[in-house]
Amino acid sequence: MTTQDQVIAILAEQAMLETSDVALENSLDDLGIDSMSLVESIFAIEEAFDITVPFNANNPSESAFDISTVASIIAAVDKLKAEQA
Amino acid sequence: MPCRVVITGAGTINPLGHDVAATFDAMKNGRCGIGPLDIRDVDRLSIQIGGQVRDYDETTHFNRQQIALYDRFTQFTLLAARQAIAQAGLVFAGDLADQSGVILGTSGGGLNTQDENYRVVYEEGKNRVHPFIVPKLMNNAAVSQVSMEFNLRGPSFTVATACASSNHAMGQAFNMVRSGMAKVMVTGGSESMLCFGGIKAWEGLRVMSRDACRPFSATRNGMVQGEGAGVFVFEDYDHAKARGAHILCEVAGFAMSSDASDIVMPSKQGAARAIAGALKDAKVNPDQIGYINAHGTGTAANDKTECAAVADVFGAHADKLMISSTKSMHGHLIGGTGAVELLACLMALCEGVIAPTIGYEEPDPECALDVVPNEARDADVDVVLSNAFAFGGLNAVIALRKM
Repeated sequence: MTTQDQVIAILAEQAMLETSDVALENSLDDLGIDSMSLVESIFAIEEAFDITVPFNANNPSESAFDISTVASIIAAVDKLKAEQA
Repeated sequence: MPCRVVITGAGTINPLGHDVAATFDAMKNGRCGIGPLDIRDVDRLSIQIGGQVRDYDETTHFNRQQIALYDRFTQFTLLAARQAIAQAGLVFAGDLADQSGVILGTSGGGLNTQDENYRVVYEEGKNRVHPFIVPKLMNNAAVSQVSMEFNLRGPSFTVATACASSNHAMGQAFNMVRSGMAKVMVTGGSESMLCFGGIKAWEGLRVMSRDACRPFSATRNGMVQGEGAGVFVFEDYDHAKARGAHILCEVAGFAMSSDASDIVMPSKQGAARAIAGALKDAKVNPDQIGYINAHGTGTAANDKTECAAVADVFGAHADKLMISSTKSMHGHLIGGTGAVELLACLMALCEGVIAPTIGYEEPDPECALDVVPNEARDADVDVVLSNAFAFGGLNAVIALRKM
């Protein structure tokens, strides 16, 4: 699976949606992923890609990890994979 | 003027059954819920039996998000609370929600969650755990999840007094309703420590039996652990009457005491003070008590101390009342045990059947009371007691009366 497929599968599971219902331009709000689900998603991403995600739940918008859309999360994961390889 | 307090709902899941009816049926038939433990690494345990909740699949009751947050002790609590509140027929909204709360007992809280995640970081050497371990393992998780599911917005907290946790919790709930501080309290307790670390710790004390729990029998050789939950709805009598609720029985009295002597050995005086205190609080004479649900752990120390305390408090009437330990059937549910054992008291009052002490093989002169050996008995009793005497010398006794 590509990074994109894996991230979408993780977010779809959290949102209780089919992967086909998750679009690259969707925000987490669009998907109905709340702060608890977000923290679980970050954990699932760290497990799936064996990376450490710089994310602080106290201040998500100022974390280095861009969670504004599905596409931005995929890009951020690819960047972390390259950095932490 | 204190309010009268009644029980209008009861729920449970325990080694004898997944609801009150199944539990009563097992108690009437003296069925044992103790068997071989089915847990990870059981081959490394010297104690390999327990009262496990069988045929239980969490996914039939809870979705993935809930399971991520609900330890097994919380799951048991929610299932028992759903039954109890459904039976009471209460919906919590407006003022009633603000005047109703949850007080539950537990000793280990989310011990399975701790055990599993210590394995992850220590045994498997992983450096990352699931984000919800803290809200899942905390001892008040069950109380908070019940309050959230049923909109209970009044006084709510968790009581941890080891094996007396549920009785102490129900005593607090009783006094809150009696004092007018709350209209309805959801109360009882839950425990789930049948995991490798949970059993291994108990093994260390050398008080566990390898084959069976035989309270009061001369052949007894220790306690057996169980798991599960019991939850009750304690309600202001006037409130229950006004809405035409079916009343199961009255909560008549409660007392507690501390031995202030030893961290594990029980004291006859401490137990006797709690029993006598409950009688006084309920304003009943000793000869009105027809049945006592014993703490009856099946250890040498507890059973003879408890029988001596009962003999001291009741005098000649001690030989006339019945006293049984249902731990012989469901095991010792530690912080949840008083709640599940209160069901035996309800069965005595509501159905006129006294649960037996099963596994009874030989009389012990130090436990020479009518322990209702091996077979349930029909009896008409008006007032009953439930004893709980915890490690740490903390005792709590509750009295129920037929309505």
